[in-house]
Amino acid sequence: MMKPVEFKNHQREIFHFHLRLVVGIGFVSVLLAILLMRFFYLQVVRHNYYQTLSESNRISIVPIVPNRGLILDRNGEVLARNYSGYTLEINQTKTTDIEATVNELSKLVEITNKDRKRFKKLLAESHSFETLVIRNRLSDEEVARFAAQQYRFPAVEIKARLFRDYPFGAKTSHLIGYIGRINDTEVSQLEEDDLAANYRGSDYIGKTGLEQSYEGDLHGTTGIEQVEVDAGGRAVRMVSRSAPVSGNTLVLSIDVKLQEIAEQSFGNYRGALVAIDPNTGEVLAFVSKPGYDPNPFIDGIDTQSWDELNNSPDVPLNNRALRGQYPPGSTIKPFMALAGLNFHTRKPEQTINDPGVYYLPGSSRQYRDWRAGGHGSVNMFKAIQMSCDTYFYGLATELGIDNIANFLSRFGFGQKTGLDLEGETSGLLPSQEWKTKRYQQIWYPGDTVSVGIGQGYSLVTPMQLAFATATLANNGVAYKPHLVKEVQSPRSSENRSIATEPLFNLNIPAKDLDLVRRAMVAVTQPGGTAVYASLGAPYHIAGKTGTAQVVAMKQGEKYDAKKVDERLRDHAWFIAYAPAEKPQIALVVLAENGGHGGGTAAPIARKVLDYYLLGKVPKPLTEAEVRKAGGND
Amino acid sequence: MTRRQLWMRIIAHIDRQLLLGIGLLLLTSLLVLYSADNASWDRPLNQVRNIVVALAFMWLIANLPLHYLIRTAMPIYVLGMILLIGVALFGDISHGARRWLNLGVTTIQPSELMKIGVPMMMAWYFEKHEATLTLKNYFVAALLLVMPIALIARQPDLGTSLLITASGFYVLFLAGLSWRVIITLTVAALASAPVLWKMLHEYQRHRIMMLFDPSQDALGNGYHTIQASIAVGSGGIIGKGYLNGTQTHLDFLPERTTDFIFAVYSEEFGLIGNLFLLGLYAFVVWRGFIITSHASTYFTRLMAGSITLTFATYAFVNMGMVSGILPVVGVPLPLISYGGTSMLTLLLGFGMLMSIETHKKLVKT
Repeated sequence: MMKPVEFKNHQREIFHFHLRLVVGIGFVSVLLAILLMRFFYLQVVRHNYYQTLSESNRISIVPIVPNRGLILDRNGEVLARNYSGYTLEINQTKTTDIEATVNELSKLVEITNKDRKRFKKLLAESHSFETLVIRNRLSDEEVARFAAQQYRFPAVEIKARLFRDYPFGAKTSHLIGYIGRINDTEVSQLEEDDLAANYRGSDYIGKTGLEQSYEGDLHGTTGIEQVEVDAGGRAVRMVSRSAPVSGNTLVLSIDVKLQEIAEQSFGNYRGALVAIDPNTGEVLAFVSKPGYDPNPFIDGIDTQSWDELNNSPDVPLNNRALRGQYPPGSTIKPFMALAGLNFHTRKPEQTINDPGVYYLPGSSRQYRDWRAGGHGSVNMFKAIQMSCDTYFYGLATELGIDNIANFLSRFGFGQKTGLDLEGETSGLLPSQEWKTKRYQQIWYPGDTVSVGIGQGYSLVTPMQLAFATATLANNGVAYKPHLVKEVQSPRSSENRSIATEPLFNLNIPAKDLDLVRRAMVAVTQPGGTAVYASLGAPYHIAGKTGTAQVVAMKQGEKYDAKKVDERLRDHAWFIAYAPAEKPQIALVVLAENGGHGGGTAAPIARKVLDYYLLGKVPKPLTEAEVRKAGGND
Repeated sequence: MTRRQLWMRIIAHIDRQLLLGIGLLLLTSLLVLYSADNASWDRPLNQVRNIVVALAFMWLIANLPLHYLIRTAMPIYVLGMILLIGVALFGDISHGARRWLNLGVTTIQPSELMKIGVPMMMAWYFEKHEATLTLKNYFVAALLLVMPIALIARQPDLGTSLLITASGFYVLFLAGLSWRVIITLTVAALASAPVLWKMLHEYQRHRIMMLFDPSQDALGNGYHTIQASIAVGSGGIIGKGYLNGTQTHLDFLPERTTDFIFAVYSEEFGLIGNLFLLGLYAFVVWRGFIITSHASTYFTRLMAGSITLTFATYAFVNMGMVSGILPVVGVPLPLISYGGTSMLTLLLGFGMLMSIETHKKLVKT
């Protein structure tokens, strides 16, 4: 419905509207004229200039890739470096038969089957305009031989490039990680983060380990060179240049000698070791066994070697120290004892009788102690020293799961430690709430009993346990664990230290700490579970052994290491710090399928402690000595 | 009904001249896309699909009588506002901007909807108060414009918010906003430019700076501008020939199927090609003005005028940006650039123009 409007008004209104429309048409005409003038200017007046730019004398913008930052250990030992060398590269757009080119090329320089396989993989993943590496690290002789014949290979070029190299290979693989060719996912990530311009010309990016976590520091700033090139693509003249800025150098808190000794001490065992300076949070050694050689990954590993690594039952690619999740076993007991003292659940001197088995009130289900027949009359001190399960079954039940979860979370269990390495897992600190969410089941009293000795649902990573041990060693004052001590900038010579401020203070009463710490020293003294860990040591070691079950035992069944398949044997734990009076190092050792913590894990720890505190490698203990010293759990 | 009658019925509400102009532009689009995509059919075929869908919607809208059209103004606007607020609160972030809303089944970009929704709402509002227009009404209409603009500019999406600002301003202008106010606003805008400059995002400022000296950031933001100018300029009068653009085929041109497709066209067809393309756009815009001048109600006059002027603005902004006289703001070349969303929005607009043209006889009586 139209409103009644006076005819005259309507006429006038239309007139005004048309007037406005004419102005609009005028406006559009102006826009049109502007474009016409601009096109005339670009395409007629300045055509020659742009023609030149576009064809005969094209200005090309050449990115200059910066040198990647070095990675050094705390004493300046080089863990990741660059060296220059020659590569042979094939430009896909300049040849139609790549296969034939490669065959012809192999008559001049050695091209192995692995090279071919790797090249095929690169080819499949590449974009059509990319230049691909067929051979790396040519010898001078090979360079000379090819250079003489280069005219026969229009699609092949020799390039001088910087290579990344990890001198310690497998020993630092889980720590340093490796770089590799940038893939499509990473390209879009770089675009998203607005970093694509800085990666123009860069072929590599950190894929795992510190190479990945500190990519932003290590990469550096790409420089630009504007050059005039002639029709043949040869640079004629440099127009302008802005120099690249090398990546920052990472100085780690790791002591690579210590790392090597730790690595060797494992012998054939798989496992992990993390050593931390409890006074600063600096990580001194970070081992995950077995490692792998990161060097072949840089230019794309061939499929066969990759499959071998990926399908190995030893899972060498898994970073056990950071991502491996295991039941903590008895290593949780010192923390449980502190929980008991914190909530006044048990007095230190209060004793219980351990007949070797524990029953929940009103239940016939047996919870066995590791020692058949039990430990007799046991107080808190002895319970830690001898690792009495029955004591902690009872303590856990009296504490209740809520108090346990609450207290253990203060030590960082169930959370990432915030180590400066990507991919950390958070373990599992079970609680009523967690079980309801995960299994839609209520929490049973029996669940609490297992948690008391670090079994059941509990899972920790070696890193977490090391962090908790360091916090305990430092009387409840925690420092953020970090692998990188300092980031050094080459341009400004500005050094950025990684924070060493305390993260938190648990404010644990001195008398509680004193009891638990004395008991942990007793663990390595006669009567404890890791006696020979301190045999002949001129300093005191505080420690705790642990055993993590791999397979659950049925009721009434007895674990017998000899009967169980090697891969299903228990994992051995040992946590320790030393010197006990004024700790300088706290560490955790996990030996997968190593059996008892005292027998396998503690000797590894001892070697690391001896080197760190005394600067020497003690002669290895003989089998007989170990047996004589005994020790269990 | 005979076959002929059926056919007449189908094309009854199609404006042939407008369709001719649009059709030629769309054919050009496919031709250029084939070249821009390095002689591959992937994108051209996808574009055909986009075009078919968008044409179907255009036909549908063209067949809607005007009283239906006008009734949808308010709901579209309200829906658009709700979605925009939704984006601000829950939108997905892509390339640092929060523009998309994830509805579970599909993601949508509500700012596209507002390209039509805002001018429609304003035109509807003016029609409602046609008899008693005072300055207050203009103020309210401006408010209807500013609210969605603020939300879109926040995302941040400078290109879209500028274009919607333009389309809304055209409605105000055609509705007779007094020259005194327009001049005052222009002066005020110029005076407040330094303040606005501060409010822009870092990357937006960067893009404007690039206009004055693109070589400053030759690898980053300036790269687009430098390479596009080289493409256009080296095209010369007659162009390098179809499929022969070196800038295009040596990978120098970025985003050459979307925002920078004009550089591909211009390099290969030269000044002559550009004149032809400008001629096609001028033809479509001219027809739009004719339809506007015929329009019978206040609402349709404002709507038709705004759609036409906005279309011209789109084309100008894109070509201006590619040829280096406007900052890179991310506006596609209308009807030519690859992409389904803008195609749909544009053809919906043309559907309205057709509906306005072909239903007017019914309303006049």
